[in-house]
Amino acid sequence: MQISHKIVLTGAAMGASALAMPAAAQTLDVTLTLPRLSVAEYHRPYVAIWLEKEGAPARTLSVLYDVDKRNNAGVKWLRDIRMWWRASGRSLTLPADGISGATRAPGTHKLSFTAGKGGMPALAPGKYTLVVEAARESGGREAVRVPLNVTAAGARGSASGQFELGAVSAVLSR
Amino acid sequence: MMKFRKTLWLLAASATMALPQMADAARPWMLPSETMFAGSGNEWVTVDAAISSDLYYFDHPGQDWQPIATAPDGSAAQVENRAIGKLRQTFDLGIKTKGTYKIAIVNEMLMGSYMLNGERKMLPRGTTAATLATAVPQGATDVQTATARTRIETFVTAGEPDRKVFTTTGKGLEMVPVTHPNDLAVGEAATFQFLLNGKPAAGLDVVAIPGGIRYRSDLKQMDAKTDAEGKVSFTWPEAGMYWVSISSGGRRGPGGEGPGAGGPGGAPGAGRPQGQPQGEGAPRPPMGPPQDRATYAMTVEVQG
Repeated sequence: MQISHKIVLTGAAMGASALAMPAAAQTLDVTLTLPRLSVAEYHRPYVAIWLEKEGAPARTLSVLYDVDKRNNAGVKWLRDIRMWWRASGRSLTLPADGISGATRAPGTHKLSFTAGKGGMPALAPGKYTLVVEAARESGGREAVRVPLNVTAAGARGSASGQFELGAVSAVLSR
Repeated sequence: MMKFRKTLWLLAASATMALPQMADAARPWMLPSETMFAGSGNEWVTVDAAISSDLYYFDHPGQDWQPIATAPDGSAAQVENRAIGKLRQTFDLGIKTKGTYKIAIVNEMLMGSYMLNGERKMLPRGTTAATLATAVPQGATDVQTATARTRIETFVTAGEPDRKVFTTTGKGLEMVPVTHPNDLAVGEAATFQFLLNGKPAAGLDVVAIPGGIRYRSDLKQMDAKTDAEGKVSFTWPEAGMYWVSISSGGRRGPGGEGPGAGGPGGAPGAGRPQGQPQGEGAPRPPMGPPQDRATYAMTVEVQG
């Protein structure tokens, strides 16, 4: 009795998720490098990752900032990610589930976004730009733009920053 | 309004009386410490207000201007810690709610003169409509006045820019945003509409100058003229704070509105000594009664 009950529940849950996310759920893997900087005063950068498509509002995929500060005080400096702030940030209420995250240490990081979860939309074929912008307290600011030509097969692109960001690559698969 | 009568009248002298502090290319401005806020409810902007030759450095006496702050819902917001220093005024404004705040300094003065015992006397500096009766002594005749209105503004936004604070009064020169003044970016065109006494301020010169004049040899002044609707557009070449100014009336006598942007900088009284022939070919027209004058200046930040 107990067992069959569980099976029914699981089946229902699977059915619901299948409806929300069709079998061809897109996944966007973003790999970005935060360079190790030899500076007297180093703070981990605030980083925003968002998608642009001409004629559509920018979609924030992730924003990495000081999420653990008391009273949500970390949001105060989000506007220093200036391009992102104007494109998308200032219209968001943060922290936001599936979007806000903690700052990352220098090194290479992989972030995955699934269509329909967090800020990641399902991408119809077309030309998109993935933008990664980093702003560092007492440091510089840089945005890297990765063009993504999305087809039925997916998309792939890369670019590199010079100061506050290293290599950035993105792979969209389904 | 007082009765105007034709008389020889040193118009330039009246201009000097009205806005003496704006002589020699001085520019009135306010500079906010920042223009973009997250909107967390506990943020502050500090504003400096000054008249200076360079933008945005302090090199003229501080002014006893009364700032008026408007909160995003259109209500009055309290400025705090207001202090008038030797070279500037400074004050703070709490950013407590999301939306756009307007910070303004509005001055209205009467300039003019009257006849007393056969002599023409100037109205004292700082005369207003309220003090005119006491400024003009008993027995004075032939009182002539004109209004000089100065408006200095800047804007800051927490979160998304909105537009409730942009109501106009119909007095003097006012700015109506087509492009929101807190949504300006390098390489993008921004359009502003100017109204003079509530009507489109057509055919006036507008200047935009990026701050930091002291450390560059090129003023980088951008000139434009308002169209029939009072609109003007600028495309920002670089990020930073910009001073945008327009003025109207008063300097050349009847029919000679003159370039509101007089000399470099376009501030009232900018560029050339008051009362000197302006050397633009045509003989100076006969002086008429004093003309109403209006000046508008705003500081806006362009994002890079």
